Amino acid sequence: MTTPSMPQAGATLSGNKALQIEEPLIFEQDAAGRTAVDLPAVPQHQERLGGLKRKQAVGLPGLSEPQVVRHYTKLSQKNFAIDMNVYPLGSCTMKHNPRLNEKVARLPGIADLHPLQPVSTVQGALALIDRLAHWLKTLTNMPAVAMSPAAGAHGELCGIMTIRAALLAKGDARKRILVPESAHGTNPATAAACGYEVDPVPADDRGRVDLAAFKAKLGPDVAGTMITNPNTCGLFENDIIDIADAIHGVGGYFYCDGANFNAIVGRVRPGDLGVDAMHINLHKTFSTPHGGGGPGAGPVVLSAALAPYAPLPYVTHGPNGFDLKEQDDGGTAFGRLKGFHGQMGMFTRALSYILSHGSDGLRQASGDAVLNANYILAGLKETLTPAFSGTCMHEALFNDDFLQGTDVTTLDFAKAMIDEGYHPMTMYFPLVVHGALLMEPTETESKDGLDRYVEVVKGLAERAKAGDTAYFEGAPYHTPRRRLDETLAARQPILKWKPPVEKQAAE
Amino acid sequence: MSDLRYTKDHEWLRAEGDIVTVGITPYAQEQLGDVVYVELPEVGRKVEQGKEMAVVESVKAASEVYAPVSGEVVEVNSALTDAPATVNEDALGKGWFVKLKLADPGQLTGLMDEAAYKALCDSEH
Amino acid sequence: MRYLPLTEADRRVMLAKIGVPSIDSLYADVPSKALLKAPIADLPDHQGEIEVERQMQAFANQNLGTASCPSFLGAGAYRHHVPATVDYLIQRGEFLTSYTPYQPEVTQGTLQYLFEFQTQVALLTGMDVANASMYDGATSTCEAVQMANRITRRKKAVVSGGLHPHYHEVIATLAKFTGFEIVSPQPAPQGGEDLMAMVDKDTSCIVVQYPDVFGQVRDYTKLAEAAHAAGALLIVAVTEIVSLGLLTPPGDMGADIVTAEGQSLGNPLGFGGPYVGLFATRDKYLRQMPGRLAGQTVDAEGRRGWVLTLSTREQHIRREKATSNICTNSGLCALAFTIHLSLLGEAGLRQLAELNHAAASRLADRLSAIDGVDLQTPQFFNEFTLKLSKPAAKVVEELAQRRILGGVPVSRLWPGRPELENLLLVAATETVTDDDMAALETALKEVLR
Repeated sequence: MTTPSMPQAGATLSGNKALQIEEPLIFEQDAAGRTAVDLPAVPQHQERLGGLKRKQAVGLPGLSEPQVVRHYTKLSQKNFAIDMNVYPLGSCTMKHNPRLNEKVARLPGIADLHPLQPVSTVQGALALIDRLAHWLKTLTNMPAVAMSPAAGAHGELCGIMTIRAALLAKGDARKRILVPESAHGTNPATAAACGYEVDPVPADDRGRVDLAAFKAKLGPDVAGTMITNPNTCGLFENDIIDIADAIHGVGGYFYCDGANFNAIVGRVRPGDLGVDAMHINLHKTFSTPHGGGGPGAGPVVLSAALAPYAPLPYVTHGPNGFDLKEQDDGGTAFGRLKGFHGQMGMFTRALSYILSHGSDGLRQASGDAVLNANYILAGLKETLTPAFSGTCMHEALFNDDFLQGTDVTTLDFAKAMIDEGYHPMTMYFPLVVHGALLMEPTETESKDGLDRYVEVVKGLAERAKAGDTAYFEGAPYHTPRRRLDETLAARQPILKWKPPVEKQAAE
Repeated sequence: MSDLRYTKDHEWLRAEGDIVTVGITPYAQEQLGDVVYVELPEVGRKVEQGKEMAVVESVKAASEVYAPVSGEVVEVNSALTDAPATVNEDALGKGWFVKLKLADPGQLTGLMDEAAYKALCDSEH
Repeated sequence: MRYLPLTEADRRVMLAKIGVPSIDSLYADVPSKALLKAPIADLPDHQGEIEVERQMQAFANQNLGTASCPSFLGAGAYRHHVPATVDYLIQRGEFLTSYTPYQPEVTQGTLQYLFEFQTQVALLTGMDVANASMYDGATSTCEAVQMANRITRRKKAVVSGGLHPHYHEVIATLAKFTGFEIVSPQPAPQGGEDLMAMVDKDTSCIVVQYPDVFGQVRDYTKLAEAAHAAGALLIVAVTEIVSLGLLTPPGDMGADIVTAEGQSLGNPLGFGGPYVGLFATRDKYLRQMPGRLAGQTVDAEGRRGWVLTLSTREQHIRREKATSNICTNSGLCALAFTIHLSLLGEAGLRQLAELNHAAASRLADRLSAIDGVDLQTPQFFNEFTLKLSKPAAKVVEELAQRRILGGVPVSRLWPGRPELENLLLVAATETVTDDDMAALETALKEVLR
């Protein structure tokens, strides 16, 4: 039996392709007066708007509930997600998001608490924050934690401000922060935002901080250093204790970027390495959902030297149970970083994740994450070119040497991964590796799933080496949209929908 | 062509009297890729040799453009704001960035000529 | 462990392939004195869903939730009804478990809703352009001040005494570390502050709140004109975004940057977070705006599509020269916001806003008729300030004992100021019933007696 050959791609009448359905903007589905929310009639009342009542319509479209449900359902189907397949995006930790955590975050008595209720009515909420804080302090062997930072970068800001506050208290704010060249971009941005000069430290040929170069840059004007460990190359900084001793030797502080804590949780406690401050991305290590780019949460654990300078607010143990310290009263807290008390919804999810894993499970999870990454490294090291020799931590880093002479770029290679049903690995980061491909499988991938992934990557590498450049340059082919013109978007920015010209003229 | 001078940061400069025209080199625009935006200084601003004077952006990168000599900005190429692609199309001509009133003619002698600059670009490959 | 797919047999095979004897041996780079040989002993081991849920429920049981009693709390966070559709849609895995849309071919869903979100925010605020969200209203406002400093190359912000003190403190914290100055009059619920008197040639911006933290609605048109004449920008912060369904938008008053807390649409109170910061400005300041932006473009086949754009302003490219160190936005909260607003539409938002105003206005009538209660703010949206005959914190505590969350004492926001001690902030949204109002009225009479 023969089947008819497939017509040209995109040749359907509707533009739809089976399960891929085109979807206009909500603004293009408007009917005046229509709404998806039935609200009661407005009762009689005295208007007290001081003459500032809105005179013109906002311009929002009117849709019914089924239209809205379809709109967002169709949009969702244009996204790749952890729930679908391996999402090996290095440095981002795309691990399974347990739904229990979503359920408990929505419990009445948690989701419906107002941040400014009397503390006598929120003792359970404060106890929850305190319990999570206890876990974070114990897992890191650090005596204090600032819970309020809203994300990793916000945690960095908190940490560097704490360091600056501690130095200012000694009358010596200092000038420079040492930051390795392989650092995530938020590190230098944070140091600069706190008024520090960023002094880059080179990496050695093993992908670690060059200890000699680091020591050579030390001096009495160095406020501290920001070092990611395990680092952005997926390697443990084996000189870490020497680095900590050296920075302490000049009176500076050691900020550890804890973005990769998921590789060592339950196995290494940063407090044992000489760390003074470290943020923990709850959305990475403790699997609160990434949500298409946030919200995150970035609590910062602090050493005894820095703890007095932690920002407001924080939970205390008072005579009548838990209390919330919201004001300074002439204390040493450096200030406030955000409205209210922090990302409670993320705290709830993270604690649920932590209680589910327990001490033994967290240790197993970090071990499996490292095992999975090394399994990928072992599976691909003959076909791709590892950036460094030896084993890795939770992510495997390759350079683009294996593509040399093929005219296929790292970007093209990644786009071809999409057609195979995988999210691309992280590309061109860290910057210290040419054409970097950074793969982080996480502990929630099965061996079978990784075997299939490795086979696909190997197959694509062989296809690239065989000279099929045009295939890669055109990829992806099977996505709702092919490659998008980023130059056009940047040269002529269109950042919001505008009514069509005819409609504007008719109004 | 021989009237052009170059910096190690890939700016070019053409002097006419005490007015110098400054832009980025064809090599620089090629390294950047499609230019999407150019941020120019205001007329009247005093710039210092080697210090940031403008910013040129592609989709994936933003680069500072440094003043090759000290002086006062007397004119900027505001056409680039609406047509940044001009930098890619005609880097040495219509893609110029600013005109400076030269503060110290002596600074011109420290810049590279075409041969020296070409050698620099070759070494960066 | 239900979340870990590897079996012991898998691990053995994988270790053999790698060529190491154990997982522990993969940690050879860790200094041996810092490497733990066993799970941390004084923490409990793993547990099933039943046990975890029971413990989390126990935390919840110790709290008095706003949904379980009459509640009149505002001051920057508001309880609204969130349609069931919102929470269903944001929990679709394709939204919930997706990353920042750096790969546009497989994130058109996220990018399109961000583009729609930006449009909605620009429309609501009356501004030209909005970003794809920030952490919350306070951090958004702080970013706006930094942006004004960059644009004007000046280093002094004049901050209204009517700005939420958390917002003020976040700005002050950054000011302290980055070296700019803040000047501010005392908080005054009845107004009368002369902000222009504090403006000088170093002033980058004036920051006001609309409605202000006491609930009062003020026209800032003349303030905008005066600020511009002095070369400064006007930043307007909105903590109750539903108000813009009924009020003249700040953009129409001449604001240069509008920041807002978007929690009221789609997002639960959640004890203060995560929330969603809104940020909008004029086209001419686009390049100085912090945060992510989704933009329209075309794909290789000429079809309309979306990408993140103008990202050269951001930290991953500009590093220490970025406009902000922010990496994440508040994606899922922005999604909840935009879905709720799509459900409401023009007619629904207007109706919702009118219901809020009606509830507050009627409640103000009832409460201000009580002996010992004076309304301090004659013009408001859904929140107003009362002066009581007793310290408000004590009154609120006594109301709480009667299972009524009666409002936010102003002393919670500004402690230790005798002139503010008797002030109570009271909010009423569409969730407040006549019975709730009657309960508060009765209880307040008793407490003040």
